[in-house]
Amino acid sequence: MAEHSEHIVSPKIYASVLAALLVGTALTVQAAKIDLGPWNIVLALTIAVTKMTLVILFFMHGKYSSRRTKLIIVSGFFWLAIMLALTLADYGTRHAEPSRSFLTPAPSIGRPGVPRLSL
Amino acid sequence: MHRTGELYGQFQTLEQQKESATLGMWTFLITEILFFGGMFLAYTINRHAYPTAFGVGGNMLDLNLGFANTIVLIASSFTMAMSVWSAQTSRKKAIPVWLLATLILGSVFLGIKVVEYKQKFDHHLIPGHNFDIAYCSNNPSVCGLSGKALEDERKEIAEAVEAEKANAEQLNISQPGAAGITAVNAHAQLYFSLYFGMTGLHALHMIIGAGLLIWLIYESFKGRFDANYNTPVENIGLYWHFVDIVWIFLFPLLYLINRHLA
Repeated sequence: MAEHSEHIVSPKIYASVLAALLVGTALTVQAAKIDLGPWNIVLALTIAVTKMTLVILFFMHGKYSSRRTKLIIVSGFFWLAIMLALTLADYGTRHAEPSRSFLTPAPSIGRPGVPRLSL
Repeated sequence: MHRTGELYGQFQTLEQQKESATLGMWTFLITEILFFGGMFLAYTINRHAYPTAFGVGGNMLDLNLGFANTIVLIASSFTMAMSVWSAQTSRKKAIPVWLLATLILGSVFLGIKVVEYKQKFDHHLIPGHNFDIAYCSNNPSVCGLSGKALEDERKEIAEAVEAEKANAEQLNISQPGAAGITAVNAHAQLYFSLYFGMTGLHALHMIIGAGLLIWLIYESFKGRFDANYNTPVENIGLYWHFVDIVWIFLFPLLYLINRHLA
């Protein structure tokens, strides 16, 4: 039987990641209570992405996986980015008919009487 | 599948066999990323379109319950990781114990979710005919609302009404119901539809995960997993961590974004 060369992550690392995730959770709740204007969402998402990265790298062994598996993981987020970017670009540049979304109407710019959408 | 730890004919080494299982699981998970991604996208677009109504909706969620659930789910990810470690190091007796801990934490999460859903039902926040964003501020005793919290909620709803009015005026929309509390109700329903859609889909994944855990506990109790063969533990672990990641994003997006206004 072939020898396994899989990397075994130690409980110590798991415990540290757990601690970091708990700290991150407390941090994001506290940060939400402070008014930072548009930066609230940026900070919340930054903490969430950091927590996600920790989970993928250590709990899900992403750090120790083969390059092929790493490629698959990264490609998942790449496709997600395509979906988000293209859809938001569409919504952000479309001249809406009755849809009231995407605010900031500037009637002088869009077609007559039709507010221009802007992200 | 049940011939454990054996090398199948199409693979050259056990290592290669294991890696293709991991690769396959990740391929499934990226379809899941895009599946949930679609809902996050719908949320982003609508939140951007109706920020005030979404803010009012978000502040009506119970922050303490959401926070508790985040802690519980992160802890369950840790116990899941420990069961994978137990399997990899052939600690056969520890595997079902860690798995059981994961199952219990997962069930606690779902239990808290049930309490939250029930609360939203009582507060008339289920999208549909009886939806009423102002129900709690009009019937504070039913919702246990008083003092500053009640004032804040009334103020917030009043502000949202004003914002909808300004929005309708700006866009030259004059149909009845396009502004005022009707509009706030309509857009807050959008928020709660997304809330129930996203947390519901997440909860469904948790329920499926719990079912898989029960099977794993049974198999590991029979001593099926060790250092040589632990692919099911590892792959269901990946699934469980993925579900945790979804919640890591749902919690701030649904519960936290407008907290500073309250």
